[in-house]
Formats: sequence, structure tokens, C-alpha cells
Amino acid sequence: MKPKTEFKEITIENYKEYVFEKSPQSAHWKNMFWAFLVGGLICAFGQLLIELFLIWGVESELAPSLASATLVALAAIFTGIGIYDKLGRFAGAGSTVPITGFSNAMVAPALEFRSEGLIYGLGAKMFLIAGPVVVNGVLVSVVVALIRSLFLGVG
Amino acid sequence: MQFYDKKQTIKFKNVNFATGFTLAGPKEKQGKLGSSFDLTLEDDKFGEKTFEKAERKMFEFAASGVIAKANMLPREIDTIIGGDLLNQIVSVSFAAKKFKSSFLGLYNACGTYVESLIVGSFLTEFFGKNVLCLSGSHFSTAERQYRYPLELGVLRSPVSQWTATGVGASILKPNNDGCPKIVAATLGRVTDFGILDVNNMGAAMAPAAKDTFTQYFTDTGKKPSDFDLIATGDLGKLGKEILIDLMEREGYDFNNNYIDCGAELYYESQKTYMGGSGAACSALVANGWLYNSLKKGNIKNLLLVGTGALMSPTTSFQGESIPAIAHLVEIEMPSKEKQC
Amino acid sequence: MLINILKAFLVGGGICLIGQVIINLTHITNGKILVIFLIAGAILEGFGLYDPLVKFSGAGASVPISGFGYALVKGTVKAIEEKGIIGALTGGLEATALGISTAIVFGYLVALIFKPHTKKN
Repeated sequence: MKPKTEFKEITIENYKEYVFEKSPQSAHWKNMFWAFLVGGLICAFGQLLIELFLIWGVESELAPSLASATLVALAAIFTGIGIYDKLGRFAGAGSTVPITGFSNAMVAPALEFRSEGLIYGLGAKMFLIAGPVVVNGVLVSVVVALIRSLFLGVG
Repeated sequence: MQFYDKKQTIKFKNVNFATGFTLAGPKEKQGKLGSSFDLTLEDDKFGEKTFEKAERKMFEFAASGVIAKANMLPREIDTIIGGDLLNQIVSVSFAAKKFKSSFLGLYNACGTYVESLIVGSFLTEFFGKNVLCLSGSHFSTAERQYRYPLELGVLRSPVSQWTATGVGASILKPNNDGCPKIVAATLGRVTDFGILDVNNMGAAMAPAAKDTFTQYFTDTGKKPSDFDLIATGDLGKLGKEILIDLMEREGYDFNNNYIDCGAELYYESQKTYMGGSGAACSALVANGWLYNSLKKGNIKNLLLVGTGALMSPTTSFQGESIPAIAHLVEIEMPSKEKQC
Repeated sequence: MLINILKAFLVGGGICLIGQVIINLTHITNGKILVIFLIAGAILEGFGLYDPLVKFSGAGASVPISGFGYALVKGTVKAIEEKGIIGALTGGLEATALGISTAIVFGYLVALIFKPHTKKN
């Protein structure tokens, strides 16, 4: 972990750069590989669910939402069992970016803070990490849809 | 950085490190120093409903354990001094409830153990008190308070450390020759070199350790080679490397006799990346391996520096950098005329 | 059917890969990545660009959190068309109600039944 640049003197100004050079970097290629593989598999499984639902007669409009909801439920259960964090350990974005990551982000703190009661613990902390997703989601969708409707005209 | 032109090193003559006791968690038991702990847990919930309750129970057991190991009675302890990582230092405070001794709670993050030794030394040296110094941490409680819920799927940063689960307890007594003695202490000051990454605490704390070490060497005129061992609390592998480099630039050679307690706790296979951290680190290693080595005569003198990162989750969210502090104690083993 | 699944695998994996690259470069947290992808999906659909991706790869585009943003915007636009301006406030949550409610209900049940586990490493 030798720094690449020669630092003649370490001061408060150049310390961050010095540390960055000395710090080991994440295994980028390995991370990217697993993120792609795990994320892809989760989405592939979601597609399988969609196909199955369509075969079982679910409306084509509803099937994707139902598949996502099923993944959410499964991710919640796996979080409870204690498996999902093991997945996140190596899959990184492959476990965070799919909707299952959103579910995990809701269930993990709910599980953790349940010891502080059902209302202030479980109930309040459920949105500790996932809250920004809902808040920003609604905000952005309102703004984007309004702009789009203004420009493209309603109807 | 300019040295503070007043001396910060205080000498002691009558502070005896009479007994050390360690209680460690399952992962620590499987680590490199597993056999040096007095009591280890199979289950880090310690039979309790929550991890927080377990941490309190660990503190109670460690305090009782060190008193028993010293062949003393609880009422012989004048003051309990200690801290932990949880908000409002509840673990040590609730544990101190069980004892009738007075209690001084401290917080300097992972530097709390050495801070407690220093404050305890004042009471022992100048007022002849028997003091119980106590410090520890628990991975699961610290993780949820400082970082993420346990079940959240996260990639660990390669510079991150693992909060150690355990409690270390020491008893300091006056007039107890034959035991290791705390002969000097250097009080550290807060330094901040601008590190923002809460995963890289070793890098944040290394400058503080360098500041305190250089203050000590300047105050006393000693050099690193005067000591059998120099130990820092939890700089981790990266922090250790940075400190060796920083000290070299000041003209002090730390290449031969310097270890970091956090880096020594675990095997590579335990996937703790940079090693252990937490208020338990220095306490577990000092009261186990280091204390035993001193008593056996393997080490005759030692510098122990506890390092602490003084941020909170709030300050990190608000974009502040991580200030750090380091306190030093010098421990010597007198020649063995008497038994400890 | 298999081709659909393969397309979903490739596109979904690709979106996650982009996420991982962002994490590697910027070291940002879980929560922020979720929000970034959500907003990206929403804005892309604002330009009508996300829908073709969904039509092409199905779950590959709807399962990642960007698909959530897409669903929010699609629902909001539809609601504005049907109900006028008030639809801007109703459409998003209506469209994603299934996902959010499932998360809340199952999350609650799971948190009641299970306890957090000790991390080994």
C-alpha cells in the first residue's frame, strides 16, 4: 500500500489525498461481476414470475406489478430469516438496486428496532432508509408528470 | 502541528495495575488472542432478549469478575470509572448500578479505556483510592447506532473495521508492589485532519496518535527503542501503516516493536478487513495478553495509546469531518521481589 | 418465454452493474443509490424513454428501483389525463400501491416473527 505520489510533508491539506493513495481499493471487477449476475438473476426470476402469472390468467397490465410485489414479499421473508444481508455482502448493487433492495431496506430496520416497541420502534423505523425513496419518488413524479403534461398537452 | 508548549505528561509513583479481567464475544474467542480471555461467550446475546441487555450484562460480569480475580470484595472498590460506545454510555452506567462504589462515566469513543486508566490513576496516586476501570463495546449495538441495521444487505468497505464485542476491566490500587505499574500518562488533544469517511476511522485517528506519541517523547526525552512494546488501541492495519510513516517523518522508528490491538485481534479468515475497533479493543488486549506478558516478565515496559474517533452519526450526516484523540499510558513491570 | 427471461437477465444485470460502478466510484450509501435510480427512472419516463425498455425486457426494467420511478410517473401521467391536474397528486401512489402496501404488510409481519441475527462477518 505504498502511495503513488511522493508526499514530502503530510499536512492537514494533503492528508486526505495521502490516505486515499494508501488505502486499499475495493475489488472493482469482482464487485461489478457479482452485481451484474445477482441483479440479473433477480430480474430474470421476476420475468419468470410475470410469465407464470400471465399463464395463470392474470391481466397483462397487472402481472408486472404483481411480480414486483411477490419479489418484495420474498425479500422481506429472506431478510427476516437472515439471508439477505449475506447476499448484500458480495452482490452490492445487485442486491440493493432491484426492488428487493427497497424491501430489505424497510424490513431490516423494522426488525432491528422492534425491541423499542411496535409504534415508535417497528412502525417509525420502517422508513428509516427507504423513506427517502417514497418521499423523493412522489415529489419527482409529481414534478415530472406536470412538466410533461404542460409540454405535451393533456390527453 | 506545533507542540503545546506545556508538558502534557504526568508521572505517577504509586499506581499499581493490580488485576486485569477480560470478557469477550464468540468472534473474538475464535480470533488470534482467543485463549487470553478470562471469559468468552458462545452466544453474543448472552442469554438476553436484546443485544443492548447483553452488553450491560457483559459489563456487570466483567466488573464482578475483576473484583473476584483480585480476591477483593466489591466494597473495597472506591470508584468505578468507565465508558462504552452507546448513547449516554448506558451499558457501563446500568452496570455500575449493581455496585455501591461511586461512579465516573467517560466517553472518548475507542480511547475510553486508556482515558479511564488515566483518570483512575489520578484517584489512586493522589488520593489512595482503589479504582475499577471498565470499558467495552458490542458489535451489534454499535452497528445499529453508528451504521446500519444488522439485516441490511451492504457491501463492506475494504478500509472498514469490525467493532469488537467484549469488556476489559482493570483494578488500580496504591501500595501494591510487585504488580505492573502505571508510571506515566500523556493527555491527548483533539486533532482533525479532515477525514470524512466514517468507514476509515484508522486514518482519522492516526494523526492524533502521532500527536500524543511525539508529545510524550518530547516531554520525557525517551525514544521508541526504549520500550519492549508500543501498542495503539484500534488504528487497524491501514491506520498502523499510516502511523509508522507519520512517526518516521518525525524521526521516530516504529518499525520494530509496534503493534495495534485491533489488528491483532482477528485472523484474516474472519474477514474483518482492517481489524478490530471499538472501546473493547484496547481493553481486551491490555487486560489479557499485555497484562499477562507483563506479569510473566516477557515485557518489561510498554506504551499503550488508546485512540478515539469523536464523531456522531449526526455530525457525519451533516458533512463534518472526524475529529480524533489519543491518550497514552506508560506501564512498567518492576523487578520481581514481591508477588503481585 | 426463455428469451424474455434472458432479456430480463441482461438488462436487469446491466442496470445493477451501472449502480455498482457508481458505488465504486463515489462510495455512496445504500439509501442514496436507491434514490438516484428512482429519480433516473422517473425522469427517463418523463421523456418517454423508459417505456420502450420495459416493453423490451419486462422485469429487467420493471424490477430495478428505476422501474418504481417509472411506474410512479406513468401512473401520475395517466391520472392527469383522466382526472386533470389533481391526478398529479393521486396517480403516483395509486399506481405503486401494490408494491408499497406489500412492503409494509410483509415487513411488519416479518418484524413481528423474526429477530435480527448476529453477524458472523
